[in-house]
Amino acid sequence: MLFINVIGIGLMVLIAWWFWWRTPTVHSSQEGKVQIRVANGSYTPAHIRVPAHQPVTLTFVRDDASPCADRVLFPDLDIQSNLAVQQATSIEIPPLTPGEYTFHCQMQMYRGILSVE
Amino acid sequence: MNSHTQISNSKQIQLRIDGASCASCVAKIETALSAVSGVEIAQMNLADRVATVSGSAETKQLVRAVEALGYTAHSLENTSTQQLMTDNEVADRAHYRQLVINTVVALGLGIPLMIYGMFIGEMTVNTTGERVGWGLVGIATLSVMASAGRHFYIGGWKSIWTHTANMDTLIALGTGAAWLYSMLVVFAPHWLPELARHVYFEATAMIIGLINLGLALEIKARGRTSESIKRLIGLQSRSARVIRNGQEIDLPIEHIVTEDEIRVRPGDKIPVDGVVIEGQTSIDESMLTGEPMPVSKQAQDPVSAGTLNTIGTIVFRATRIGQDTKLAQIIEMVKHAQNAKPPIGRLADKIAAYFVPTIMIIAVFTALMWLNFGPSPRIAFAMVCAMTVLIIACPCALGLATPMSVMVGVGKAAEAGVLIRNGEALQSASQITAMVLDKTGTITKGKPAVSDIVPVSGVNEESLLVLAASLEAGSEHPLASALTSAAQTAQLASEPVTEFAAVIGHGITGTIADQRVLFGNQKLMQDHQIDINSQLADAQALAKAGKTPMFLAKDGALQGIIAVADPIKTDSIAAIKRLKDEGIRVIMLTGDNRATAAAVAAEVGVDEFMAEVLPEDKLAKIRALQAENHVVGMTGDGINDAPALAQANVGFAIGTGTDVAIESADITLMRDSLHGLADAIAVSKATLRNIKQNLFGAFIYNTAGVPIAAGILYPLTGVLLNPIIAGGAMALSSVTVVLNAGRLRWFHTQS
Repeated sequence: MLFINVIGIGLMVLIAWWFWWRTPTVHSSQEGKVQIRVANGSYTPAHIRVPAHQPVTLTFVRDDASPCADRVLFPDLDIQSNLAVQQATSIEIPPLTPGEYTFHCQMQMYRGILSVE
Repeated sequence: MNSHTQISNSKQIQLRIDGASCASCVAKIETALSAVSGVEIAQMNLADRVATVSGSAETKQLVRAVEALGYTAHSLENTSTQQLMTDNEVADRAHYRQLVINTVVALGLGIPLMIYGMFIGEMTVNTTGERVGWGLVGIATLSVMASAGRHFYIGGWKSIWTHTANMDTLIALGTGAAWLYSMLVVFAPHWLPELARHVYFEATAMIIGLINLGLALEIKARGRTSESIKRLIGLQSRSARVIRNGQEIDLPIEHIVTEDEIRVRPGDKIPVDGVVIEGQTSIDESMLTGEPMPVSKQAQDPVSAGTLNTIGTIVFRATRIGQDTKLAQIIEMVKHAQNAKPPIGRLADKIAAYFVPTIMIIAVFTALMWLNFGPSPRIAFAMVCAMTVLIIACPCALGLATPMSVMVGVGKAAEAGVLIRNGEALQSASQITAMVLDKTGTITKGKPAVSDIVPVSGVNEESLLVLAASLEAGSEHPLASALTSAAQTAQLASEPVTEFAAVIGHGITGTIADQRVLFGNQKLMQDHQIDINSQLADAQALAKAGKTPMFLAKDGALQGIIAVADPIKTDSIAAIKRLKDEGIRVIMLTGDNRATAAAVAAEVGVDEFMAEVLPEDKLAKIRALQAENHVVGMTGDGINDAPALAQANVGFAIGTGTDVAIESADITLMRDSLHGLADAIAVSKATLRNIKQNLFGAFIYNTAGVPIAAGILYPLTGVLLNPIIAGGAMALSSVTVVLNAGRLRWFHTQS
């Protein structure tokens, strides 16, 4: 029983660590461009690093018909765009000061982070 | 990644070419376009000046190729909003069908299994025959999971690896755990105590079915929440009758360029913004402004895309096309605002970000509790309760609560001619406790008009008006137009004036039919020794009523008084009463003198007013109200009141029909009536109330549902929640949120 309890508690810690503390793989922009696939409930890549004070173009390719994926919002930047199904939609991000900017769908099921460094 | 190849390969690009007018240019352009690498076919249609290029070339290169020849080219690639909307609708319909199929497949297995478990037999595994039988059912369940539930498992798996757990993760874990446990029972029953040898295949299938059903219902309900924007987008016409080289041709609106002349027949929609150059008509602008009366239009008047021509034919010159039209701006703004979040929704967002991992931790904790302290068979109780926790938790209800209501509320407002810029404006508007109104142009029409004509005995009103209007015809004073238009309405022709002179601050003088005519204030009369005593009392009474009296004298004798006033909009009184009935303190500000201000305030029922204010005083007044803890709304014309509008918690710009500057304020009232203001506040209140209901419901659902699912009631009552019921509740909760938001559609603005 002790063994099971240790496994259980370990599992809880693992969940917390995995979703809250672990920094996910960061994907850097190439020549000011990043392509993001919108499918299966997530943005791939979801964590994007871009240089500060330079404009970047994020191209979202929506492969997911679920209405959740319909719109992407950058609440801090007041940018939002409709994503058409099976199409690429480019969003111009203006030059930004360093910091983390989240982007997500209407309901926040799709979530991503734009790290400006 | 099929879609990528689809995107990069063989697309069609349409370019609008300007400057090409002959057949040889067409050949030249086609050759140049074909020479660009990646182009398969390039064809140009001279009549509508559009080149269609298929291939994989970049638009920029194509434009450059055309410009190298000395023509200009613009991409028509930007799919129209209408197209995008239709595409999305088609996609939604396909998705809906898929979800219904998923539901049928999953419930097709789940319902018979559930009936068997409830009424026919035990779902336990003891004999070899049962093991074989349930093993087959397990494989059938797996095929349901792989087909109808596939998207949950793929989504859940992917989201784990991107560290962004979501609803799919919970459903995948819950149903997956139930299936794995059941398969363990089938294959290795001896590992488990006898009482725990129970299979839960029916739960897996039922939950997948119910949640698919919930998603399908949600799509249906969502479709209805975007009705308003669809209506606005539907106002865009698809084609127009353009006059080019003296010929009328029907062109898709994407092909219209500015300066094109367009003919609009009775019953047609105006395709783009422009200025009338020929003809007369009345145009129904209610779809944009909420103003029910058609507006008459003649040469020089502006017309807006999306409005409806009622009677009469006009030709107008296009001034703004495509994304620049007022209608396109309105659509863009409404779409933008529909996705905005009022501050009240931020907490839910914060929670949503931590929600799913928290539920996963609670599920593990629940299992541990049952394993440690539960009755036997512990392993079965632990598994069922952990699974129920995962299934009942509904991050969607929380995530949907705010956006759905905002979507409907903002759309509803737009239908009434109220454009709400963002979430903050929506929320603040619902909390307004003090409303500052600018008098001129807001409460009043902002255009002076002749209000009273008081001739001395022996003179008639008409001759008095003719003299004044004739004299003013040469003047540029703002009052001049009031007099000339009064004369026009009375169908009086003006007389020629000689020796015209304006005495600044006093009035004007001139000679009409050899008679010296003076028109101006008391000072002008005194300077020319005109006796005005007989009418002084009348003049004072008029001034006290907020009007501007002016004396007219001919040949040294007083002829009478003409008073000019800025008339109150007919519905201002009723609209202000609506604001006061909402418990809002209404304050009127004006640069006019005290007497005028007092008269207008009394007439419209405003108790508090400030006269002779300068723009900076307006700002100070708003700050003072804010210091008294008022949430202050400020309403002005959006041009002269910019600092005050910005300082107020919510700035309202009120416009004359479609001319209003949309950019200038938090909330724009397209209709030239204060009812728009009361409507805006009513809609925002209703929306905020709806958001609160949704958030409250979602919070209560989750905070009550999760502990019950974990079995908190079991020690007290012996009741456990069935995982299938949890699945149904979860599916229903998000549908309920969407349906509740949909109720806002029935909100009606008063007028």
